Amino acid sequence: MNDRKAGSELPIEEAAFPAHKGPRAELGRNVQAKIGQQLRAMYDDVVKQGVPDRFIELLNQLDSATKK
Amino acid sequence: MKAVMPMDEAVRQAVLGAIPRLRAFAISLCGNVDRADDLVQETMLRAFANIHSFQPGTNISAWLFTILRNHFRSEYRKRRREVEDVDGSYTESLKSQPEQPGHVEFGEFRQALVKLPADQREALILIGAAGFSYEDAAEICGCAVGTIKSRVNRARARLAELLSIKGGEAFGPDEATRAVLASGNN
Repeated sequence: MNDRKAGSELPIEEAAFPAHKGPRAELGRNVQAKIGQQLRAMYDDVVKQGVPDRFIELLNQLDSATKK
Repeated sequence: MKAVMPMDEAVRQAVLGAIPRLRAFAISLCGNVDRADDLVQETMLRAFANIHSFQPGTNISAWLFTILRNHFRSEYRKRRREVEDVDGSYTESLKSQPEQPGHVEFGEFRQALVKLPADQREALILIGAAGFSYEDAAEICGCAVGTIKSRVNRARARLAELLSIKGGEAFGPDEATRAVLASGNN
């Protein structure tokens, strides 16, 4: 679980995108904003699919099993 | 008290309500719909087998996410020899699904996501998509809050690297990015 050393708590984002004002920092922020959007959109896309039938059936089976 | 308790209606509803998010989490973790649904099914079985260990009034979704996450990690260790979806078979399976007009394509994003180490990927999804607090995410992953924060930072930096190799172009340049690129970047 903790197979990784937590020692390197460097501000990675700053390392990747130096804070100097300029096109590069601008691009970094842009990319980060896009990553956030894509991540949520991808996740929400699945959430919107709701509950597939197999899970409703499984829940009903579990339900009747516990009521025996 | 009976040895086997009937399923509490509130718990049933809570589990039912959590399924869409559990699936989203599982698919983001393993990059494969069928495997994700198996993970969710196993999570439900384990949850009901261990329902006595759930403390009413605490966060049931964090509890279910913990079960799913732990199951995924133990499966992951077992199946280490197997190749993840780097060959794009998951992306192929996505293409067979009907797409709505204007539907965003996540193929490239998912491919980048599965290239992240599992600990970074889970931290990023829990914080950036599932909307858990750093404290809940730390609880789910069994690590310190600071560890979650550094994993999320590393994940973001690595994804940016993977997705902006071509100057952000493949990532769908918007006007601002285009302007930056056009400015010559010096």
